[in-house]
Amino acid sequence: METSRRQESAASASNPLAIELRGISKAFGPVQANKDISIQVAKGSIHGIIGENGAGKSTLMSILYGFYKADAGEIYISGNLTPIPDSQSAIRAGIGMVFQHFKLVPNFTVLENVILGAEGGAILRGAMAKARKSLSDLAREYELEVNPDAVVEDLSVGHQQRVEILKALYRQADILILDEPTGVLTPAEADQLFRILNGLKDQGKTVILITHKLREIMEITDTVSVMRRGQMTATVKTAETSPEELAELMVGRKVLLSVEKTPAAPGGMVLEVENLRVRDETGVERLKGISFNIRAGEILGIAGVAGNGQSELLELLAGIARGEGTVRLNGQEVALNATADGQSRRARGIAHVPEDRQHLGLIMDFTAWENVAFGYHHAPEYQRSALLMDNDAVRTDTVDKMERYDVRPPIPTLPAKNFSGGNQQKLVVAREMDRNPELLLVGQPTRGVDIGAIEFIHKQIVALRDAGKAVLLVSVELDEIMSLSDRIAVMFDGKIMGERDPKITNERELGLLMAGVVK
Amino acid sequence: MTAMPKWADAVLVPLISLLIAFFISGLVILAIGEDPIAAMKLMVTGALGSTYGWGYTLYYATNFIFTGLAVSVAFQAGLFNIGGEGQATLGGLGVAMACLFIPWPHWSLALVAAVFASALFGAAWAAIPAYLQAKRGSHVVITTIMFNFIASALLVYLLVNVLRPEGALDSASARFGDAMRLPRLNDILALVGIPFNNRNPANISLLIALASCVGVWLLMWRTRLGYQLRAFGKSEKASVYAGINPVRMTMYAMLISGGLSGMMAINTVMGEAGRLLLNSVEGAGFIGIAVALMGRSHPVGVLLAALLFGFLYQGGAELALWTSIPRELIIVIQALVILFTGALDDMVRRPVAGLFLLMKKGKA
Repeated sequence: METSRRQESAASASNPLAIELRGISKAFGPVQANKDISIQVAKGSIHGIIGENGAGKSTLMSILYGFYKADAGEIYISGNLTPIPDSQSAIRAGIGMVFQHFKLVPNFTVLENVILGAEGGAILRGAMAKARKSLSDLAREYELEVNPDAVVEDLSVGHQQRVEILKALYRQADILILDEPTGVLTPAEADQLFRILNGLKDQGKTVILITHKLREIMEITDTVSVMRRGQMTATVKTAETSPEELAELMVGRKVLLSVEKTPAAPGGMVLEVENLRVRDETGVERLKGISFNIRAGEILGIAGVAGNGQSELLELLAGIARGEGTVRLNGQEVALNATADGQSRRARGIAHVPEDRQHLGLIMDFTAWENVAFGYHHAPEYQRSALLMDNDAVRTDTVDKMERYDVRPPIPTLPAKNFSGGNQQKLVVAREMDRNPELLLVGQPTRGVDIGAIEFIHKQIVALRDAGKAVLLVSVELDEIMSLSDRIAVMFDGKIMGERDPKITNERELGLLMAGVVK
Repeated sequence: MTAMPKWADAVLVPLISLLIAFFISGLVILAIGEDPIAAMKLMVTGALGSTYGWGYTLYYATNFIFTGLAVSVAFQAGLFNIGGEGQATLGGLGVAMACLFIPWPHWSLALVAAVFASALFGAAWAAIPAYLQAKRGSHVVITTIMFNFIASALLVYLLVNVLRPEGALDSASARFGDAMRLPRLNDILALVGIPFNNRNPANISLLIALASCVGVWLLMWRTRLGYQLRAFGKSEKASVYAGINPVRMTMYAMLISGGLSGMMAINTVMGEAGRLLLNSVEGAGFIGIAVALMGRSHPVGVLLAALLFGFLYQGGAELALWTSIPRELIIVIQALVILFTGALDDMVRRPVAGLFLLMKKGKA
């Protein structure tokens, strides 16, 4: 009742409509990804679409961009019924899309990437000159400065994203769709992106922002539509809602946005790290003498902007990378040379939830049960004999883990790639935490994970701490570090800039340390 | 996408691809002025119309099962072993060593020795490219190809200068002893009372090939090693995270692959020729790539694809014998089959998937 009233109020906004979707439905086999979705986006506004992973946001946008054909429903662009059978038609209709994973040719220059697919003939000269001109116009108009002759792979992620936006604008897009644009950006780059989006809006462009981050929705959008399980549950004006209400609409129940935990009761020393040094293949020193320790029943959070040595630290401790220094676990030395590998670390009780679950933590083509055995394929309970694995035992264990860690759908034979990001992460967490490790290494535990799952994963990490285990938490989300950690160490340029007590410090102080400024 | 039932994915799509390939082959035959229907009839009767034809078809299929499995195992581990030709050549050398220099009292003992020797020699030939890949990063595609040439040159040298009996004019080894003659398929089938032609080379190696299919299936989907090989094949990066050693996986996969290729020689060298000849592999190492591709690197698929290529080989030989269609045309037909079942797979898959989607909607 209340939602329908609000939908009307959002629709009756004074601006004409840029896009209207009516009754869009799409099913993949038995899964109803979109069910009778109607949405109206006013011209010159920033419209957010928020929902948990797997709620159907990306499917809806793929339909709008012509990647999928809707089973039912109609698309109106600027009030005209516009069928969009393929992405070329979408571009002609003035729709541009910036994907979560960029579609750029890494070894092409910015200019070459921009004209790719819009060369307008066999001879590139004319198109290049035209593109160069319009790029400099666009750069002036929207603060989208990028060197047109830079090779894309040399650009930072933030600049690569600008190239994607430029590509869309060069094709005269009036409606820009961005799919989880801040997932790969630092906080500063995200702020810059939002400035650009606001600039686009001021010039009369329409922006659709797909995200699962409530803060971004509240910060930048004018209206927001909430999706849950393939359905549109509400469309509201951002000014008239609150993060708590949106979270409840997304998940379908009340959600705790902060972590509940009791004060830490640190016990004996578990991990002692002294003077760690790591060089990459090119000889650049990535860790420049890192020292810290973690006691039992304690979470040490490592804050920092991505790329300041956190990944190298995790990989060294997990036995994936090599380096120098001393690491002791419960007083016993841990090898850092070529004899170290993931197996010997697991044997010592070191579990690792990696930063990149899609490329490290899981094999996406493997089934859920094969992934549950991943890294623990030597575990005695998974063996039938000296040679044969007991696949039935693994499957039984997977069913059990899926139930206890709330992995949905609870189908052990489903390939990992068919689970949503949050459920993939729960699968990794179940595998790594269920063996009660002495030390848990966690990297970006909630990256690309929906709110309901974030709450669950945070609870699991705190529960492991309360069971008297040591946890090393690496995250670029400052909120996450502040709310979970018992102590915070800030990394910058391969060094630890200092340790702070989360109860005393604040975001400003940590932000300065993250930027390498020491008072 | 997901709408297609499993049987359609595994059977219907390759079958339609095959029919298209045969149709276009028919056009080619028509273009050179022959009757495609008559040619097809001749191929089918020649390869499958008699137990004589079946014998040859199965003999060729045996070769292709071994080399197809070899390519499959490497492929599951993310390695493209196209050195089957050279590994089978060396496997032949292993068989010859086992049969020429040890006077086995009974064929069964000789067979066991030949299985080990051929697998050992084939694996050894794959070991060097494997080591270069694992330790030095030299791409296994390049090195295995080069090792094919080295193998064939080595065999020429050995047959001409070392293994050729004194006074013999052709470059071949001496004949293996009579005790080393393997039971032919007709001998085996006679035991259960099935009459089978006795003038074809199909022999007990076929059973070893079938057992190898089962063995590879067990290895890849039931053992810890197979699990690690498959994980390594899907993602080397993730495997390192899990503590799976890439160097070891590369070595194991290539050794097993080379061993399977080598075992092909039991069929050709010991089962058929009874002595080591030049070029006894006859391109079966390369056909193995097509077989693995068509069989989706699964033992069941490899078995079926090997039978198909056995049929094409034998049917093609009959075609060349009884018509003026050149033997080379069979290579054209094979190429079309590979093209449609392997390379152009998606061309058939998409419309079929769409059709299933439509049917589903019609029912709903």
